Amino acid sequence: MAENAAAPEVRPLVPHLTLGATRDQDYLSGSKCTKCKAVYVGPRMFCGRCSGAGPFEAIRLSDTGEVYVWSIIHQATPYVKAPYAVAIVDLPEGVAVNTNIEGIEPDPKNLKFGMKVKMFTEKVSEDREGNSYIAYKFRPV
Amino acid sequence: MREVAIIGVSMIKFGRYPDRDFSQLAAQAGLEALKDAGAEMKQVEALYSGNLYATSGSGQRILQQMGQTGIPVVNVANACATGSTAFREAYFAIASGAYDVVMAVGSEQMGKQGLLGSRGDPATSLEGRVGSYMMPAVFGMAGMEHMRAYGTQQEHFALASVKNHFHSTQNPLAQYQKESPLDEVLSGRMIAYPNTLLMCCPTGDGAAAAVLCSMEKARQFTTQPIKIAASVLTSDPFSDRDLTLPDINTLTRNAAKIAYEQAGLGPKDLSQVELHDCFATAELLHYENLGLCGDGEAGKHVASGAPWVGNKIPTKYAEDVAPFVDKTYKPTTTAVVNASGGLLSKGHPLGATGVANIAEIVFHLRGQAGGRQVEGSKVGLAHVIGLCSACTIHIVTK
Repeated sequence: MAENAAAPEVRPLVPHLTLGATRDQDYLSGSKCTKCKAVYVGPRMFCGRCSGAGPFEAIRLSDTGEVYVWSIIHQATPYVKAPYAVAIVDLPEGVAVNTNIEGIEPDPKNLKFGMKVKMFTEKVSEDREGNSYIAYKFRPV
Repeated sequence: MREVAIIGVSMIKFGRYPDRDFSQLAAQAGLEALKDAGAEMKQVEALYSGNLYATSGSGQRILQQMGQTGIPVVNVANACATGSTAFREAYFAIASGAYDVVMAVGSEQMGKQGLLGSRGDPATSLEGRVGSYMMPAVFGMAGMEHMRAYGTQQEHFALASVKNHFHSTQNPLAQYQKESPLDEVLSGRMIAYPNTLLMCCPTGDGAAAAVLCSMEKARQFTTQPIKIAASVLTSDPFSDRDLTLPDINTLTRNAAKIAYEQAGLGPKDLSQVELHDCFATAELLHYENLGLCGDGEAGKHVASGAPWVGNKIPTKYAEDVAPFVDKTYKPTTTAVVNASGGLLSKGHPLGATGVANIAEIVFHLRGQAGGRQVEGSKVGLAHVIGLCSACTIHIVTK
């Protein structure tokens, strides 16, 4: 099995993250229904709003946004260090993404509704075949 | 469509049953519901089984315990609304005229896997790397949305936990029957802000069952048939946030509107409500979603005493609640909320919950609820929501 293994790849952890040649070229991608103009995070085949089959226009989502709501997670899944801050971040395109908020201590006093945040990406894990996974996160501007 | 009656209900004590199979828990509930109805297995014409973890063949496995009469079985899975969706299918089976007597049973054996069960491959899981998808985070953030919109405080949410744990002390079927004063709730271990441990429902095992019958034949079984005045199921409509933050509000509001229309009743007419308090934050949101108070008034509503058994804050908690009381706020309904102790104390074995909520209301309508009895209860509303997303509302009346 080892001799046939493909070279390890660098992969996005979610389908709505498009990887560039370097980490500072990574961006969030979305799709816009050309019929009803609904915007989605990530690729779509069909539109949950107008029931149309698109076609969908691929769009690049902004890398800055505002914290809509946040929480601090203390009871975490085993491979994640707790506590950590999470948020729903609203993007200017009218969609929102789930994310971790880094660059602050995870304490309620450091998180504000409407806080401006900027996206960055980093490697978060590696599978048994040696493939790396890149995730996006946000930190205060 | 014919009128449909509930003629028998049962709920086994929720808790941990590591030595028993879900089908044994369900069969116990089913046989007790039949006894309650004065009916026998051979009179049951169809079975509707709600179970989330053992979906395929759950009802057939229950019949292997309870009586293999060869009747049609429908197995239902619909997130946390699994049991109530099975109940609704049973309702339609009678309402349509297809059958005269059917059973709905909800069951679950969750064990102690807790909040962290089945999170997938550690290499590719999103949890904790691209936000959090665990229920405490989802409902934490749903509460934060209310804080953002109305300035609600963590203490307001915590009061729902104080209330439900207070109610639970009178419910021998609840998984936990322990009071928790406000300072204990707030100082408890944080799970996902603003929900502390005592603001999260426990996992567990359990089962509940109901026997349904056409109203015209119900009096052959009982002198106290309970009428199903509304049965509603909704899913979540399109949202601009594209399900990033699951919208637990709109589908509940939609369901409530239809349910009140079907029943020809409104929030003012309700004696009591069993609503889906999977987290303390959720309880307050649903006060508004169900029209028990106006938008932004949920914190005032819980502090007013209205949703507590007896419609007042117990004397021992008056001092704790006083800072949150708005004397200008006048509740428009005296509906007691979660007299059972709610999911927060009663437990939430997923597939069992929806049937158990209805059973609880039936106990009160019949005056069989013991120390937690809502005096003179005539109309009850049972609400359940499951994420991704399904909401059921049943209104049942004497």
